[in-house]
Amino acid sequence: MQNVEALDAAYNERPAKNYLNNGYTIKSWLLTKDHKRIAIMYLISVSAFFFMGGLYAAAIRLELLTPASDLLESGTYNKVFTQHGILMIFFFLIPSIPAVLGNFLLPIMIGAKDLALPRVNLLSLYLYWIGGGLTLYALMQGGVDTGWTFYVPYSTSFSNTFVMAVGLGIFINGFSSILTGLNFIVTIHTMRAPGMTWFRLPLFIWAMYAVSLVMILGTPVIAITVLLLAIERLARVGIFDPAIGGDPILFQHLFWFYSHPAVYIMVLPGMGVVSELISNFSRKKIFGYEFIAFSSIAIAVFGFLVWGHHMFVSGQSIYAGLVFSFLSMVVAIPSAIKMFNWSATLYKGSILFNTPMLYGLGFMGLFLIGGLTGLFLGAIGLTVHLTDTYFVVAHFHYVMVGGQMIAYLGGIHYWWPKMTGKMYSEFWGKVAAMLTFVGFNLTFFPQFILGYLGMPRRYAAYPPEFQVLNIFSTAGATVLGVGLLMPAVYLTYSLFKGKDAGPNPWMLPGLEWRTSSPPPTENFESTPVVTWEAYEFGEESGLDLDGARRRERVTTV
Amino acid sequence: MIMQTNSWVPLFPDQASTFAWQVDALYAYLILVSVIFSIPIIAAIFFFGVRYHEREKYATPDEMHGSIVLETVWSIIPFIVSITIFLGGAIVYFNQYRMPDDAMEVYVVGKQWMWKIQHETGQREINELHIPVGRRVKLTMTTEDTLHDFFIPAFRTKMDVVPGRYTYMWFEATKPGKYNLFCAEYCGLNHSGMGGYIYVMEQRDFDNWLSGNVSGQTPVEQGKDLFENKLGCASCHAGGPQQRGAKLEGIYGHEVKLVGGSTVTADDAYIRNSIVNPSAQVVEGFQPIMPTFKGQVTEEQLVSLVAYIKSLSGAAGTTTGGSSGTAANTSAGTGAVQSANTMTPPKADRGAVNAQGSNPNAPKTTGEPSNSNR
Repeated sequence: MQNVEALDAAYNERPAKNYLNNGYTIKSWLLTKDHKRIAIMYLISVSAFFFMGGLYAAAIRLELLTPASDLLESGTYNKVFTQHGILMIFFFLIPSIPAVLGNFLLPIMIGAKDLALPRVNLLSLYLYWIGGGLTLYALMQGGVDTGWTFYVPYSTSFSNTFVMAVGLGIFINGFSSILTGLNFIVTIHTMRAPGMTWFRLPLFIWAMYAVSLVMILGTPVIAITVLLLAIERLARVGIFDPAIGGDPILFQHLFWFYSHPAVYIMVLPGMGVVSELISNFSRKKIFGYEFIAFSSIAIAVFGFLVWGHHMFVSGQSIYAGLVFSFLSMVVAIPSAIKMFNWSATLYKGSILFNTPMLYGLGFMGLFLIGGLTGLFLGAIGLTVHLTDTYFVVAHFHYVMVGGQMIAYLGGIHYWWPKMTGKMYSEFWGKVAAMLTFVGFNLTFFPQFILGYLGMPRRYAAYPPEFQVLNIFSTAGATVLGVGLLMPAVYLTYSLFKGKDAGPNPWMLPGLEWRTSSPPPTENFESTPVVTWEAYEFGEESGLDLDGARRRERVTTV
Repeated sequence: MIMQTNSWVPLFPDQASTFAWQVDALYAYLILVSVIFSIPIIAAIFFFGVRYHEREKYATPDEMHGSIVLETVWSIIPFIVSITIFLGGAIVYFNQYRMPDDAMEVYVVGKQWMWKIQHETGQREINELHIPVGRRVKLTMTTEDTLHDFFIPAFRTKMDVVPGRYTYMWFEATKPGKYNLFCAEYCGLNHSGMGGYIYVMEQRDFDNWLSGNVSGQTPVEQGKDLFENKLGCASCHAGGPQQRGAKLEGIYGHEVKLVGGSTVTADDAYIRNSIVNPSAQVVEGFQPIMPTFKGQVTEEQLVSLVAYIKSLSGAAGTTTGGSSGTAANTSAGTGAVQSANTMTPPKADRGAVNAQGSNPNAPKTTGEPSNSNR
């Protein structure tokens, strides 16, 4: 018995040095080259932006409780929904999984000491801060009211709000994305541990690879677009405004050429996280590994060919509309393949319903609805009625919030023990996951019906017959808000009072679970050599399952 | 009449145009597809979740490596289904956007934050459109400022209104009533107030409405006035041996040869461009000497000029809606002096219900100076 306890103690002992206690000064954080510390700083910043974006969302839902624009006058409302969109998309959704979870885990999951370009990684954090800071400055000065889409000629010739400052913020922030994507691609190509072949990579890494491709190919286009917008706004060179010789449809093409792929920047990482959750918590090799991996690449490629489906009623040629409609149907197939493979992975597994898995399963339910309603919006004759209504609002919230944000929360709960070395309360975790799921559906499902009834988006006031459904939506948003605030409380609490997690609380095979929690600065004591395939849960991949069961018995006696 | 109120929470808007049922059928088909796809996935999650719930800590279930057969099946079936959806959408889309030839024409100009509408017979409306039931109506639309979108949920159609070009939409109402009109493309401060109502009336009521509400000129007459008097186009384009400008009679809808050898079809967009940017597409045999009229003509005047030039070719646009149109014109007596861009707010004695447009600060007479002493 003594032996076992000693073993147990040795197992749970936190190593003297880890990345968190390696220096406590502010300078040791601000000038760090450690990808894990950079990830933690991203986590804090991204959470702050998410909180602010959430406050704007609350203001929107409260205003829409009544048909008249009474709580906010329409000018304020226009700024509120614009700023909600800008903060959530550019400063939360796009960086959330890649910059936080990707930064922290990508090197560890492939067995590397750090990213290939650690200084560039720190630079991309600073660019994010500068871009975000400029945007916040503009919001404090009075904000911007163009919608996150910055459609011309409104944004160049009519709006007298802080378009330029926000545009510059987004422009600079774009370079942060590009550098992160570049860093990930180089790292995945050159830094994999011995034995970590491409087809032994966790699917999260495949998703990071796909999303990095989209980031470095797509983001320059939004930078160019913002630059052209600035030239027109400041120098009055006619590029987009027809009054001075430009073409407003050109802006829409350029904008959506980035912003549609950006949707995949937002959802591909979520799919990667969910692949991890589903496989690991059913302790079963993911069904159709290659199909999931290549469907990520297919989404990244086809995602660049469907931008025109945002412009079905914009005045583009009806034949162009048909081509884009067809391609939009094609891009749905890889997502369908993923859904089927995830479901099949559960078959004959050993499914553990813990907090991360609840988020993973919640993602499947919400992404199912988000994906299927994407087909509604790809069907061109139907979209003529649905576009620019609340149906679209509901659809993209199901994909981005129900998809990416739920996956992000799942990932945070999944890797929290690794990042902090502490366990959070499973009970409160499950309650929050379920509240979020219920609240989310109650908020956004009524908006599909509102959209079909014809309620246009971006309306501060609406006809009274739409009120009942808007009340449902606002009620749901309240539940959703509670569900989203709870993790902030119990995760913070766990930092101080949580149980020590140990290196591998669920006995999972990924490389990140084969180092201590929190990991040392150099990630591994010695460079790991990979001799097992991805998602092998048995003893043959070197996991001491008997030891774990023994320790389990000791602690429960 | 706005919304079917027989249920507590309405699920469908009114179905009031010829293609509304097609859009609804497509919607129903997609809901059916969604349900059929969701059931097996949700059932699998629940069934597997219960059946394969963890029984032993750190169990190691047998590996399964996937199945090519299954992957093929669940790639091909969704592909086939998505192609049927695409085809359904394409058919409905063609019905929505292939413009009919025999339609009653209405001109629409969007402006922050109001819709200015003019009928072929000269009637003007703001934030309201009166149309007869069972008749095809084609809208030719543009905007004075930023993007807007003309959206009628009960007709299941919408179209962006784009500065610097004409966009078109059409519909045929099937049911008399009052339907919401929204601006669906964000256009600034009072975007949510930029809307009104479409009044669909029986033909008889529509004729009454027409005869009770006539003032000013038809677009063709306004265009003629602008062409001959106010803008002086006629001094170069009116024919005769010494003309410096291209002949305009009979060109509409036909190919025009340009300097440099290319050809272009003389449609609405071409005529508009040739007025605001004349040197871009110069007709073969002429010098690029025409000055631009950009900034001198409003979008509404441009619409009238296009209608007039169209009428020179005997094309659609010369037809009048009812016998009352021309008669009332003379009785109004203001034809020649009235500035073409003056909009009269809706009058109360309309025949149909007079609902004020929902935009509080919309109906006001535009303050642009008259060109009549030119």
